Amino acid sequence: MTLQEMQNQELRDELFLRSQVDVTKCYQCGKCTAGCPVAEHMDYGPRQVMRMAQMGLVEEAMKTKAIWLCATCETCSTRCPKGVEVAKVMETLRIMAKERGYIAEKNIDKFNNIYNTIVKSLGRMYEPGLIVSRNVATGHLFQDTSYGIPYLAKQKLNLVPHKPKNSEEIKSIFAKAAAMDEAERGNR
Amino acid sequence: MERVGVFVCHCGSNIGSVVDCAKVAEELRNYPNVVHSVDYKYMCSEPGQNLIKEAVKEHNLNRVVVCSCSPRMHENTFRACVAQAGLNPYMFEMANIREHCSWVHAGHNEEATAKAIDLAKMAVAKVCKNKELKKGHSPVTKRALVVGGGIAGIQAALDIANNGYQVDILERTPSIGGKMAQIDKTFPTIDCSACILTPRMVEASSHPNIKLITFAELEKVEGYVGNFDVTIRSKARSVDMSKCTGCGTCMTKCPGKADDEFNMNLQKRPAIYTPFPQAIPNKPVIDRESCLKFKSRKDGKDVCGICAKVCPAGAIDYEQEDEIFVEHYGAIVMATGYDQFDHSVYGEYGYGKYPDVISGLHFERLVNASGPTMGHIVRPSDHKEPKTVVMVKCVGSRDPEHGKSYCSRTCCMYSAKQATLIRDHCPDTKVYIFYMDVRTPGKGYDEFYNRTREEYGVEYIRGRVSKIYQDGEQLIVKGEDSLLGRPVEILADMVILADAMIPQNDAAKMAQIVGIGYDNDGWFTEAHAKLGPVETHTAGIFLAGACQGPKDIPDTVAQAGAAAVKVCGLLSKDQLETDPCTSEIDPALCAGCGHCVGVCPYKAISLETIEERKAGKTISRQVAKVNASLCQGCGACTVTCRSSAANLNHFTNAQILAEVDALCQTIL
Repeated sequence: MTLQEMQNQELRDELFLRSQVDVTKCYQCGKCTAGCPVAEHMDYGPRQVMRMAQMGLVEEAMKTKAIWLCATCETCSTRCPKGVEVAKVMETLRIMAKERGYIAEKNIDKFNNIYNTIVKSLGRMYEPGLIVSRNVATGHLFQDTSYGIPYLAKQKLNLVPHKPKNSEEIKSIFAKAAAMDEAERGNR
Repeated sequence: MERVGVFVCHCGSNIGSVVDCAKVAEELRNYPNVVHSVDYKYMCSEPGQNLIKEAVKEHNLNRVVVCSCSPRMHENTFRACVAQAGLNPYMFEMANIREHCSWVHAGHNEEATAKAIDLAKMAVAKVCKNKELKKGHSPVTKRALVVGGGIAGIQAALDIANNGYQVDILERTPSIGGKMAQIDKTFPTIDCSACILTPRMVEASSHPNIKLITFAELEKVEGYVGNFDVTIRSKARSVDMSKCTGCGTCMTKCPGKADDEFNMNLQKRPAIYTPFPQAIPNKPVIDRESCLKFKSRKDGKDVCGICAKVCPAGAIDYEQEDEIFVEHYGAIVMATGYDQFDHSVYGEYGYGKYPDVISGLHFERLVNASGPTMGHIVRPSDHKEPKTVVMVKCVGSRDPEHGKSYCSRTCCMYSAKQATLIRDHCPDTKVYIFYMDVRTPGKGYDEFYNRTREEYGVEYIRGRVSKIYQDGEQLIVKGEDSLLGRPVEILADMVILADAMIPQNDAAKMAQIVGIGYDNDGWFTEAHAKLGPVETHTAGIFLAGACQGPKDIPDTVAQAGAAAVKVCGLLSKDQLETDPCTSEIDPALCAGCGHCVGVCPYKAISLETIEERKAGKTISRQVAKVNASLCQGCGACTVTCRSSAANLNHFTNAQILAEVDALCQTIL
């Protein structure tokens, strides 16, 4: 297959439109990969994901594990000599991938879903709920449970969820974000 | 009576930490002819020099030896110091106890000290045989020759002429202008090349101090700095320049056809032609290889002659012949430029046979408004606009196996420029550039490259192209995206190869004619890579532009200006000082064998006939004679001479033998 057949201009445009990041600015120096704390666990480093994005191989970029492993710490964006927001591209790719059902790291996606559900309903994080739900959802029932007892003993975890004041306002933030997303989709 | 003073320098710890300088001074104090010997921390410093000057007065010294660094470093310093003390500067010798001793024998202090003593004794032995020498003088012809009429030559000539000196531009082709005239736009500002070049061409042609000698070849260079005799062959134009008005009627009527070199053979031109519309001089020449009349004459016939019939001025002269004449110059600037690498050596790129695989200069003509396509970017094969263009960099460059090992310096920028031109002319055309590295060291260059990618949407792919082949009407380009680590294939309509810059094919011959050096690739060598970038090893000959190595226009113009300053500095002198350390031949000993004539690299020795009286008869015989202005003091003649007639002043056989004797005595 020739390069032109593999390149997808529509997806490239969509990535730019949704991320507002011009990936052509990237000159592939590799500083993002060099500073990325999870790069060694990725199938492709951030630089290679950026290369796929700028070459119009967006489909391929959406299928990488790297975009799911990205912790959005934004070290890459902060240090980039060309001001490319790599983490933003990663996030946009994750959103686009999810819409198309490309989920290369199912457990990370499940974690993200549970996290969002908890924050949306309770207004802030409830760790024991997250751990239990995640372990049930992923089937790794006893993963990391050994940490639980010492954490509880040191009162780093609380079995009772803590409900912040004005948790309704946090719900409205979620609602507004959903509406913005809907509007943006409508514009496209 | 020789009274020698010895001064041993510590050079801080450079010498002092290895050689026992006090011991060297002490040892030398007892050596014959030495009347004064001391050591000091820094001999080259002002107090150090004062030490020498005072010692000369106090001890009535008539010879001085300084044991310190290499003469390349401080010989002139100490010669001046000795001269200020009232001695002849050549009554001084330097013993190199740093580069030749302390630096190479660190850790062997005792042996190094012994060697330093030997070196000092040798210098004393030699200085006792030194003679007072005086610098000579030679006159200067206040006129310069610039070889090559491209931008380098034009700029150098203008700068020399504007300083008030006469200068001739010698150009091989019918017009000045060179490669820059062929180029469409110039990076990084995208000014039109012709628009900035032609005013300079006009200025050069109308300058009262500049004479253009076009359609002429350099045949021979004789003489020396300030006094060059240059033999020039003015090729037969077959057009009388004094009569021709440049109306161009002959060119429109000529039935002869030839490949148009100026347009990279993309079209034909008549046999009587000017290379391009803005040519200077704008008077045609007949290309006798393709002229029907001259071709028919070879078969014993005499046909055509249309140009002569239509010429209203009667300027056509079929009987004109090459003219050879000699001109005199004080300085020469070599500005012979470069040539483009021929990519047909690459089988994988189609041996130069695919019509739509073109070179960078081809593209310049394709995109130029006065070019064969009137500036429309089309495929040479079917004249259709290409929808996908692939550019390949480093074709012939950085390829020691098949091309040249060096980087051609200009290709990264001209490829970026050509890519932006394509995107400007044909916004729907996609451009891919294969590269190994992007090298943009110039003012505004990297910014230009980044705009090419970010604003013009040109896609750069890191990797060398391994294969180009025809697929129907299109070309398939195979390379690797080495950033992603996978092979890529691109279906292209046109491929532009960024061919390397190479020396002119006769650069080596040209260097031999003028007597300057050239490297393995054929580029002319500068006197010093850093400190003498426009000088050559031959005094009075300078370099400008790409004949010295790949160079872009800004660097070429800068170097041309630098060469012009050197020329003006030389021509501003009424007389030149000459180094007295030149060879001399004793006619009484010379057998006239001529071996020295053959080995002299500077053509400084010639045979002449002398008359002498022998046994009551006058006989004439041949002896060698050295032209002191040309002699560079290399000493090749002295070692070749079988009768020891040749002697190098300041390094005479007697002086060298005295040194050897001094060394042998210490060993025994």
